[in-house]
Amino acid sequence: MDATRTSTNVESSHHHLRLKTFLMIVVMIFTGPLGNVFLAKGMKSVGSIALWPPSQLLPLALKIFASPFIWLGISSLLTFFISYMLVLSWADYSFVQPASSLAYGVVALLGYFMLGERVSTLRWAGIAIISLGVFVVSRTSPRTTHPVAGEA
Amino acid sequence: MRSFILFAVIVAAGTGGELCVSRAMKLVGEATSFHPAEILRVILRSLRQPWMWAGVAMMAMAFFALLGALSTYNVSFVVPVTALSYVAGALGGVVFLHEHVSRQRWFGVLLVAIGVVLVFLGKS
Repeated sequence: MDATRTSTNVESSHHHLRLKTFLMIVVMIFTGPLGNVFLAKGMKSVGSIALWPPSQLLPLALKIFASPFIWLGISSLLTFFISYMLVLSWADYSFVQPASSLAYGVVALLGYFMLGERVSTLRWAGIAIISLGVFVVSRTSPRTTHPVAGEA
Repeated sequence: MRSFILFAVIVAAGTGGELCVSRAMKLVGEATSFHPAEILRVILRSLRQPWMWAGVAMMAMAFFALLGALSTYNVSFVVPVTALSYVAGALGGVVFLHEHVSRQRWFGVLLVAIGVVLVFLGKS
């Protein structure tokens, strides 16, 4: 990319790095849990599955892929994995991995607001501690390694 | 013994797989925009990295080990053990990816691991 960067450019690119890292993590913590929920919903609608005799496998596969929830789940998880790959192309794994644990909070919030599930105090406490941990991690620089020299 | 092996595979292959994917993406280099053409370019480049394939294979292994563990033990027992992945991940980041994990980042990682254990102990 551009080899000439002034110091103000470095600062603004650091800000830019932080912003796009947070953006990708937000996408990850929503699409990951949503994908799992959709897949589970889709598989439940299929009912109990039999892997034997093998002649049952094709009708089973057709039944699974006929469910719109399965496709919603697959596209959510695909979005999740692509954002995961993208964010890891510029940010530390040791930054992204703890930050993506905010997904536990998203799961609890989705369950609480959308499904009316009861969430125990202990679980809220755990989510609060996770959030605190992610906040502490997010105060460190998203990237501590130098980009590999050569073509970008 | 069987449970120990299963848990070791879940943590080691799961974290190891993510570390390999991470290494592949560092080799691919930074995605410079969110333009679909650029995203496609990055994905295609990543598929040419052997680390990517190693990573996906290890993550698949961890996934089946997790299914195996869940078929025998309660989720509330399995998942707190996998919170160790956060500690293993930070350690792997230092050793395998040469990332700089400051004392502050370690502290955050430990908080996250403790929080994950509480979330699952609190599952009613």
